Amino acid sequence: MKAARWSIPLAIFLVLLAFLWVGLGRDPREVPSPLIGKPAPAFSLPRLHEPAATLSNADLKGKVWLLNVWASWCVSCRTEHPVLMQLAASKRVPVYGLDYKDRPDAGRAWLAQNGNPYAASIVDLDGRVGIDYGVYGVPETFVIDKEGVVRYKQIGPLSEEAVQKTILPLVQELEK
Amino acid sequence: MTRSSLRVAHAVLLCSVAIAASAAKMDAPATDAALEARMKKLEGELRCLVCQNQTLADSNAELAGDLRREVRALAATGKSDDEIKAYLVARYGDFVLYNPPVKSTTWLLWGGPFALLVGGALLWVTIISRRERSVVTAPRDADAQARARARLEATDDTP
Repeated sequence: MKAARWSIPLAIFLVLLAFLWVGLGRDPREVPSPLIGKPAPAFSLPRLHEPAATLSNADLKGKVWLLNVWASWCVSCRTEHPVLMQLAASKRVPVYGLDYKDRPDAGRAWLAQNGNPYAASIVDLDGRVGIDYGVYGVPETFVIDKEGVVRYKQIGPLSEEAVQKTILPLVQELEK
Repeated sequence: MTRSSLRVAHAVLLCSVAIAASAAKMDAPATDAALEARMKKLEGELRCLVCQNQTLADSNAELAGDLRREVRALAATGKSDDEIKAYLVARYGDFVLYNPPVKSTTWLLWGGPFALLVGGALLWVTIISRRERSVVTAPRDADAQARARARLEATDDTP
């Protein structure tokens, strides 16, 4: 009975400590996407560099691809950009860009200045497709498989580490 | 058919007509003020994902504006509040709801306070009953009581 006197508060304290410790390591801004494992929302949008032509997700069926949400006004996209350029140069997986709520001319100028890592970019002027994809913090990156199912979502800029440890292994797995 | 059963049938018919009429009145197009109030209430129950501790109604973030526009567009097409919420949950997850739904992952959240309450009550009852038992088992021998009484009386006499 004597032991229970201090062991119960100690147990409560340890449980609390465990919860708080796990909570410390979590990023509250990362909201798990309900889209994982579901078909990527359909879109058909004008291309950034050929506004007369459109690109739809149906055109990309049969290959694994990345959808990167970016914008010329997006500050963290600048940190991410070299990583995307490197990924594009490796030709491991095609990256398609969704120019989110951006002026097309500003988007084109930004790519001309910083380099264009995208197989193609499409223009989401009013952000509707962004809403369909649950975009809330640009940049975001989706990994979409051959059947057009969303397999992974990265919120915030891609890092070299995320590409090597998460994105590329997943792409390799999905390409089998 | 007897006369009285006819009368009952008549009454039932009249009632159902009255109910249908009142239902029709409820379904009539809401006035702008009513719609506005409904939208304000709905937006107050939805979370802005950019500034996470604000509702869609309170937030000035651009995305919140877009989502308000989307919510209103859906309402204009006759979608119910639940359908609008389902639309947003399909895109952003349960996180957009300020009232999380009850499901296996939120049982602890919903049940936790009640479990704590019950646990606290149990603890309280055990402590109380243990204390009562310890009072009952206090020394009761006659000698000690007589001595105590004698001492009390002795102190009463001294000023």
